[in-house]
Amino acid sequence: MSARRLAEQQPDSFEFTPENMAWLDKQIAKYPQGRQASAVIPALWQAQKQHDYWLPQKAIEKVADILGMPYIRALEVATFYTMFNLEPVGKYFVQVCGTTPCMLRGSDALIKVCEERIGEQRHVTADGLFSWLEVECLGACCNAPMVQINDDYYEDLTAESFSKLLDDLAAGRPTHVGPQNGRNRSEPLGGLTALTEFYGADGKSGPLSDPAAAAQPAHPGK
Amino acid sequence: MAKIIVDGIEVDVPAEYTLLQAAETAGKEIPRFCFHERLSVAGNCRMCLVEVKGGPPKPTASCAMSVRDLRPGPNGEPPEMFTNSPMVKKAREGVMEFLLINHPLDCPICDQGGECDLQDQALAFGRDRSRYSENKNAIENKYIGPLVKTEMTRCIQCTRCVRFTAEICGTSDMGNIGRGEDSEITTYLQSAMRSELQGNVTDLCPVGALLPRPQNFRARPWEYTKTPGVDVSDALGANIRIDTRGREVIRILPRLNDAVNEEWISDKARQSVDGLKLQRLDRPYLRENGRLRPASWTEAFNAIAAKVKAVSPEKIGFIGGDLSSVEDLFAAKALADKLGVNNVDCRQDGAKIHPKNGRATYLFNATVEGIDAADALLIVGSNPRWESPVLNARIRRRWRAGDFQIAVVGEKHDLTYPYEHLGAGPDTLAKVARGEGFGAVLAKAERPLILVGAGALAREDGEAIAALAAKLAVKGDWNGYSVLHAAASRVGALDIGFVPGEGGLSAAAMAKAGALDLLFLVGADEINVEPGAFVVYVGTHGDRGAHRADVILPGAAYTEKSGLYVNTEGRVQLTDRAGFPPGDAREDWAIFRALSAVLGKTLPFDSLAQLRALLNKAVPHMARIDQIETADAGALAKLPAGALTGAAFVSPITDFYLTNPISRASKVMAECSALAKGALKQAAE
Repeated sequence: MSARRLAEQQPDSFEFTPENMAWLDKQIAKYPQGRQASAVIPALWQAQKQHDYWLPQKAIEKVADILGMPYIRALEVATFYTMFNLEPVGKYFVQVCGTTPCMLRGSDALIKVCEERIGEQRHVTADGLFSWLEVECLGACCNAPMVQINDDYYEDLTAESFSKLLDDLAAGRPTHVGPQNGRNRSEPLGGLTALTEFYGADGKSGPLSDPAAAAQPAHPGK
Repeated sequence: MAKIIVDGIEVDVPAEYTLLQAAETAGKEIPRFCFHERLSVAGNCRMCLVEVKGGPPKPTASCAMSVRDLRPGPNGEPPEMFTNSPMVKKAREGVMEFLLINHPLDCPICDQGGECDLQDQALAFGRDRSRYSENKNAIENKYIGPLVKTEMTRCIQCTRCVRFTAEICGTSDMGNIGRGEDSEITTYLQSAMRSELQGNVTDLCPVGALLPRPQNFRARPWEYTKTPGVDVSDALGANIRIDTRGREVIRILPRLNDAVNEEWISDKARQSVDGLKLQRLDRPYLRENGRLRPASWTEAFNAIAAKVKAVSPEKIGFIGGDLSSVEDLFAAKALADKLGVNNVDCRQDGAKIHPKNGRATYLFNATVEGIDAADALLIVGSNPRWESPVLNARIRRRWRAGDFQIAVVGEKHDLTYPYEHLGAGPDTLAKVARGEGFGAVLAKAERPLILVGAGALAREDGEAIAALAAKLAVKGDWNGYSVLHAAASRVGALDIGFVPGEGGLSAAAMAKAGALDLLFLVGADEINVEPGAFVVYVGTHGDRGAHRADVILPGAAYTEKSGLYVNTEGRVQLTDRAGFPPGDAREDWAIFRALSAVLGKTLPFDSLAQLRALLNKAVPHMARIDQIETADAGALAKLPAGALTGAAFVSPITDFYLTNPISRASKVMAECSALAKGALKQAAE
């Protein structure tokens, strides 16, 4: 990592959309009067989401104005967290985990693919589709090696499956989120080996295959 | 109170004391970088590690742990701390080694060398050599304003400057961006700092990262001759140390005085030093055929003597300046008395204050320390941020302590703390005096502070406004009627009665065309003297007074004389001579003494000591240096009420950086002024 700076090309202005503003108002209302600055991280995050996954200077200033904090305080937060992108990113922003478990499982190969296909870190391809960044542990070590592309995790990658994934994304074909080697989440690759009297009776694996659980809607909220 | 044993010495300290304070009570010095008495605790430099018994088994940051956090021993014995155990020695060496890993070893070309905390503490607590042989980290320098030069590779991220601008200045200019080894101290996108106290970050910086730009590569700390002095750029009378090398004043630093300026001074006090060399009057001048020509002292004195002989005393006047010491004005007044002149005045701005009304009517009666005790504040016709930035920082600190309501009658300015803006003029003040609105808050307060600015008194209805404000201020023993003057010499001048005598003219009347035939300006540059009178200017700089003058007598600036100044709260302070005036210039009192001999009215003193003896006889409290002669609050009730005009209050200061001849001559101040004006213009857009 090196010193992070704001992008050289900056948009002239930044405004939250009405929906995002309404969302932000709700976040701010969570904190007591005089402590509005506590909402700085959600506010910056929403601004980043709205603005093609990177934070322009005007967005940082807007957030500081809304929360009544000095600009430098908002800039401190934006530069501290590497998850805030200060420069434009590709339409597909690939974050490759390079921490020990992923490295042991072959993340170096993924990084090599990135270097060959996308180029240097923090550089957007000419077509604007891809940029990549090596990041620290994303918390999916049991499915190492893995990458995060925008909001989704793609796990159990090899150089080949990762290349194919990038091809699919570039061509606009649908992709399968999660393990890319046929595994179900973080279950064993060859199917269940324990508790088989409870799970897997229907030929599928995982808690959903539990007869009692299957009777319930899987995601009550949806 | 809690007991704690420091290196075997048992001390009894308040339980909320930090271990660092407890160690200091026991006389043990603990090294530190990020800790500062007047800032919040950050605990990030780790230099103050100590070993404790009754707390965590690891080395503990003594600045961030308080005595009450430690447990007593199994038999109730007090907790122990060690500041010189092997564990502490090793911890300090380790911290120091890490700090030095990315610190360049460029002490020979660093201005901080010789007064650098890191240098001193590396010598005292560090290892003798580095084990680090990799490349060092380097950080880009930042622009943070015209007064502070940065060398950010030297920064050790103690964040003192960040906390200072956020807490004391209230402008939150500086911040620590990035993280880990990429941490960088900077202002927002390298904009200039906006505070009038920003120069203080160079004193706070424990290394050579933030240095005073105007003094860049000028001198080494051990080359300076250090003279204690008093600042005259505002009426607070901040205590300063004047550092000279040879004849030249190189820099001015604050001197610790908790009752006045703590350890801060304003940028004008600190960085108008270059104004002491520029535009100086170094020989007498005479105006001939409309042009000034250099002259000798004898010629100049003879020209004045001829004029004095030709003019009757009613047509002679003396106007006292804003930077003059008490002795200067006392000598001028003595000469006026000898000549039978009644037209004597120090109130160039036309302030409606007079010693005959009692001393309480023109003092900051609450005292500067009293701000800490006040429980409500009404600011009348003043912009304290410009009229006295250090005092304003004290108000801000009181506000930060909580439970302190502030309201302003007058102009709206960013004072760095929130306040209720009641209105612009005297009618609003009258409403408050009747108990409406904020008046109820003041009525409930036990120690209300009414800060009356020079702008509220320097107007036709000044006396009536003073009477209104005074009504709100006195509660039992508490006298909160506090005048914040704009001129350093004002209180001293009023104390010695430098005001018109029987039938005498005021300064404004003297300046009118045809009022006088001969006018002495004793360093008076803030008044426009209309054509007509023959003007004798005794002063230091080629400023307004000198431009109008027919005879110029070169005087000594405040660093070039020993003199008394009485600050706005009535504290008598002595400043020492740090150097000599340039060329033929002389101290003002000596000029008046010499002139009096030529006029045949020889004044009764031949030395400063004799002058002071006379002064102390006339005004006894001038002998009590560093003390405040408390004024009788009864005088305030006797202030005559009068009719009010509708005009809004206006602060006398329109440009903070250019308020006196010295700062107007200073290039550094001109740069600051241009920058501040640009920022104001930008803010208005």
